[in-house]
Amino acid sequence: MSIDQATVRKIASLARIAISDAEATAMEGELNGILGWVEQLGEVDVTGVEPMTAVIPNSLRLRDDVINADPLTGGNRRDDVLANAPAPQHGFFGVPKVIE
Amino acid sequence: MSNSTYRIKGETGEWEVVIGLEVHAQITTNAKLFSGAATAFGAEPNTQVSLVDAAMPGMLPVPNRECVRQAVRTGMAIEAQINKYSRFDRKNYFYADLPQGYQISQLYHPIVGEGSLTIEADEKAGLPEAKVIGVERIHIEQDAGKLMHDQHPTMSYVDLNRSGVALMEIVSKPDMRSPAEAGAYVRKLRAILRYVGSCDGNMEEGSMRADVNVSVRKPGDEFGTRTETKNVNSVRFVMAVIEGEAKRQVALIESGGTVVQETRLYDPDRNETRSMRSKEDAHDYRYFPDPDLLPLELDDAFLAECRASLPELPDAKRDRYLGLGISAYNADVLTAEVEAARWFDTLLDAGAKGPTAANWVTSELFGALNRMGRDLTDSPVSPQQAAELLGLVADGTISGTIAKTVFEKMLESGDGAAAIVDREGLKQTSDTGAIEAEIAKILAANADKVEQYKGGKEALFGFFVGQTMKAMQGKANPQVVNELLKKALR
Repeated sequence: MSIDQATVRKIASLARIAISDAEATAMEGELNGILGWVEQLGEVDVTGVEPMTAVIPNSLRLRDDVINADPLTGGNRRDDVLANAPAPQHGFFGVPKVIE
Repeated sequence: MSNSTYRIKGETGEWEVVIGLEVHAQITTNAKLFSGAATAFGAEPNTQVSLVDAAMPGMLPVPNRECVRQAVRTGMAIEAQINKYSRFDRKNYFYADLPQGYQISQLYHPIVGEGSLTIEADEKAGLPEAKVIGVERIHIEQDAGKLMHDQHPTMSYVDLNRSGVALMEIVSKPDMRSPAEAGAYVRKLRAILRYVGSCDGNMEEGSMRADVNVSVRKPGDEFGTRTETKNVNSVRFVMAVIEGEAKRQVALIESGGTVVQETRLYDPDRNETRSMRSKEDAHDYRYFPDPDLLPLELDDAFLAECRASLPELPDAKRDRYLGLGISAYNADVLTAEVEAARWFDTLLDAGAKGPTAANWVTSELFGALNRMGRDLTDSPVSPQQAAELLGLVADGTISGTIAKTVFEKMLESGDGAAAIVDREGLKQTSDTGAIEAEIAKILAANADKVEQYKGGKEALFGFFVGQTMKAMQGKANPQVVNELLKKALR
């Protein structure tokens, strides 16, 4: 698999990253290099091998349905949440108008 | 499979409509899908937002067990395949209401697979026969935040309170063929969700909304190209979208155009859909498995607990009511809303007889609540009080007519039926002597009518019954009155 200039530009646009022509050219080479390197994995025969999601036996942990049980992952911290926002407005994030 | 006769009449003949619905149902939980922030509706902006929901760097999602449980219970309620192995994927797109830059969803391995639900026949609504509608899958995903565009001349305001709230996306098969079928499907799905308790079904508050997929074809042809109208938030609007979109597509095709697969928005004020072209590029979602989340694996004990906790569902309840001799119409009315069904079940448990109780609830009680602008959840009369009233009719203590009076007095005073009957002396009498005395007076006073009756004008019997009941102030046992009158007029 290899990608061209147009694909690089599309990926950049989807990721909202502005790139110059020179960067796009450089990126094309770099991305193809990465893809080629990862493609080497295709040489390994994995017939009958289950996909592995972790290198140690581990299962997904679930949380109980309790509000603000841990302050670190709970709500009621609007000031913290808005602290880095460039234009907070009356408790909202203010962003350039986005309307259909 | 289709038995719908709904057709759009075009210039080139009749067209059939094919409909599939993706219903987003907010899972009823205290906390969000991956954080401990609250989910309650109507809070101050951004007060129910954790650092996880605001997508602060380094925060990791940990799934809420209750969301998983409710999705599984919902799947079981539509007899769907439950996948003991499922996984979360990232759906990538940029929008101001999505701080992560991706939505955590389940594309490749959803938690619930194929199931189905049945919509009942409803001749008046254009549904001649019951029909099974397939459900393709149910998956769990995060909701996005809310944008407000009308508060500032150059800015949109973002409230992330809804960001990260758990949704079930319930995807139907393209099995519906008319607006009526789609409306019935949404209503039935809503009823099931509310019975199960996995979603409150409140469409006004956005707890349930539908993406409506519509295409048209000549009957028997292959499926046409579909459009998807997003975020439709009432049954009426779902039906309006289908009708309008089907007509638009037929007109477009017949004038030589082609339907483009696209996302559209519904404008309820103008009752039309319009294209959301600006989002076209966003359809390249670049899904991939979320590396922050291990696969979700469910064990048999968890599934057994989910199944054991399911209540009696609408179809089973309806069958049980029919078995009690309740009419199909009443059974439908009583099972449509879970509150009504629970109230009615309590009434049955308190000793009321099925068919009589069903008639009384759907006519007398619902009528009274309607007049008072209340609903069953704040009914001034409890099921136990209603059972007492119906019991007095059943054992002949009062007549059906008097029961209406007693019910009015119960609504006014909050007193029990038996107490009112005693206090007001409303007990029905089967005292043949008293009734015969009244009958004698009436027949004497209406000698001409007695002649006519005996001459063959039998319809006059009702007149004599009415006069007797009136003279007895409604308290005479109607059956006794009938018998005595027949004897007297022989």
